[in-house]
Amino acid sequence: MRFRPQCASWNTVPRQQGAELCRKAARCFDPFALPSGADMAAWCAGLLRGSGLAGPLYPGHVPTSPLQKALLAAGSAFAALRDPYRHDMVAVLGETTGSLALQRLRDKMRHDAEGYQILRERPRIRLSTLDVAGLRGLPDGTFGREYMRFLEDNRVSPDTRMPAKFVDDEELAYVIQRYREVHDLMHTLLGMPTNMLGEVVVKWFEAVQTGLPMCALGAVFGPIRLKAWKLQVLTTELIPWAVQSGLRANCILNIYYERRWEQMVESLREEIGILPPPSIRL
Amino acid sequence: MAASIGAARSRALFRRSCGKRLSAAWGLLGGARGLAAQGETHLGFQTVPEAEKEQRVYQVFESVAKKYDIMNDSMSFGIHRLWKDILLHQMNPYPGTQLLDVAGGTGDIAFRFINYVRSQREYRLRQKLKSHQNLSWQEISKSYQEEALKPLGGSQVVICDINKEMVKVGKQKAQHLGYTEGLSWVVGNAEELPFDDDKFDVYTIAFGIRNVTHIDQALQEAYRVLQPGGRFLCLEFSQVNNPLISRLYDLYSFQVIPVLGEIIAGDWKSYQYLVESIRQFPTQEEFKAMIEDAGFLKVEYRNLTAGIVAIHSGFKL
Repeated sequence: MRFRPQCASWNTVPRQQGAELCRKAARCFDPFALPSGADMAAWCAGLLRGSGLAGPLYPGHVPTSPLQKALLAAGSAFAALRDPYRHDMVAVLGETTGSLALQRLRDKMRHDAEGYQILRERPRIRLSTLDVAGLRGLPDGTFGREYMRFLEDNRVSPDTRMPAKFVDDEELAYVIQRYREVHDLMHTLLGMPTNMLGEVVVKWFEAVQTGLPMCALGAVFGPIRLKAWKLQVLTTELIPWAVQSGLRANCILNIYYERRWEQMVESLREEIGILPPPSIRL
Repeated sequence: MAASIGAARSRALFRRSCGKRLSAAWGLLGGARGLAAQGETHLGFQTVPEAEKEQRVYQVFESVAKKYDIMNDSMSFGIHRLWKDILLHQMNPYPGTQLLDVAGGTGDIAFRFINYVRSQREYRLRQKLKSHQNLSWQEISKSYQEEALKPLGGSQVVICDINKEMVKVGKQKAQHLGYTEGLSWVVGNAEELPFDDDKFDVYTIAFGIRNVTHIDQALQEAYRVLQPGGRFLCLEFSQVNNPLISRLYDLYSFQVIPVLGEIIAGDWKSYQYLVESIRQFPTQEEFKAMIEDAGFLKVEYRNLTAGIVAIHSGFKL
């Protein structure tokens, strides 16, 4: 009996074309069709080739080869899991694994009016650029006042964000820098503190919003270190809310936050599409 | 076609990937080792004014001091401990030796020296007691008392390092490991040692001399502070002759070590400097000639681990 390979296209395309397709597929599985020595050498060399042959692309850029990026990703994942307070390792993980997600984010920013402005003007959120006294003087409930309150309550500062080092594109380096600086603003908008639970919730939201593998890994592995009751609150109320808000909301990088300090937090939430946070003591 | 140019191209790409092309891009003077023009010197593959190098190297070691030992173990898979043990065996100190350990930083050589001298002294004591079969109890207890009072037999080690952070880490380590006597810590520059002439029996510098701006000055200072009959010992990364091992070593150095530096110590640049500075150091023969120029005699070297590390030894006679 004649053997008929079970190609999906067998019934839908004419017989000859179908046979051709199946022959091509069979060649892929041919164990004797190994790549030639020169191809292997070229592939290995490509793995070791540094990304910045012309020098650093932006201040602080460290050119790396694909092999180094892979080692960095693995090592930083392990280090971040071992000691979650190593923010530099989380940052490195984000940079080395996020190139696809960063490109998608950059495209989203380019196709939005406000996002495009941000890409052009490149604003930075730093204590030196913020009018701290002015923001503190704003009425309660405004975005600026609540952000200041968040910084003071949790004793954090926007200046401790690591600059991008291993991203091999100058614009994408800015995108990830902006993402890091907007992270604190997300805490404010979502009403989450900077303890482990709050960080995990924000990571779930960001994972859905940005698609960065580092956020997804943090969201999945972060809860490992939480106590049982916190885990329960997390899974029953906080994660569904964070995921829903993330799916509903517009791209968080497309808001020019520096112009929204006087806006009320609730109104900004509604504008972006974030659902009101569940009322739980964290 | 692809096969013939592929191999050559991949070799070129490989060399490029090892960072040497960066040096060309940065306008290094032909990748040469001896740069005398306009008081410039090399800092890894970069070119910097001589005055700046000392400061930059100081900053490198200041930032890596706390993680120095962990990084040494990770980068060399613990083999650095064997290298240092071999150095001590070659030194073979006896109780009473005065050692100066320059660039001694976290004290690895000094601690090994103390252990070696202590065990030598115990061994000699045991031999002495064995050979005198009919000692009275008083004589036996007296020899043990002597041993307790001077467990090192008068040996002293002075650890000299230019970097205060490294000395601080070293002192903490000494306290933690219980080394209380026979040690002294001095902050000083290898090019201008704060010691009198003809003071020490042995001078060691382990993995430090390649960071010195003027190696010849450091060698002259070494000659000065040693007693006649004193020995100069240098443990340093050197050039690998075997081409296969050299390629694997280059691959490991340039691809893996900076990554380890970033992950363990959070510092890529310092470990990039480290691997580049190893490539800039003279070969075994060139360094031997430099040591002979400083006045040392019977200068020899010994390769360890296929030339990754070499121990140079010379005598002041």
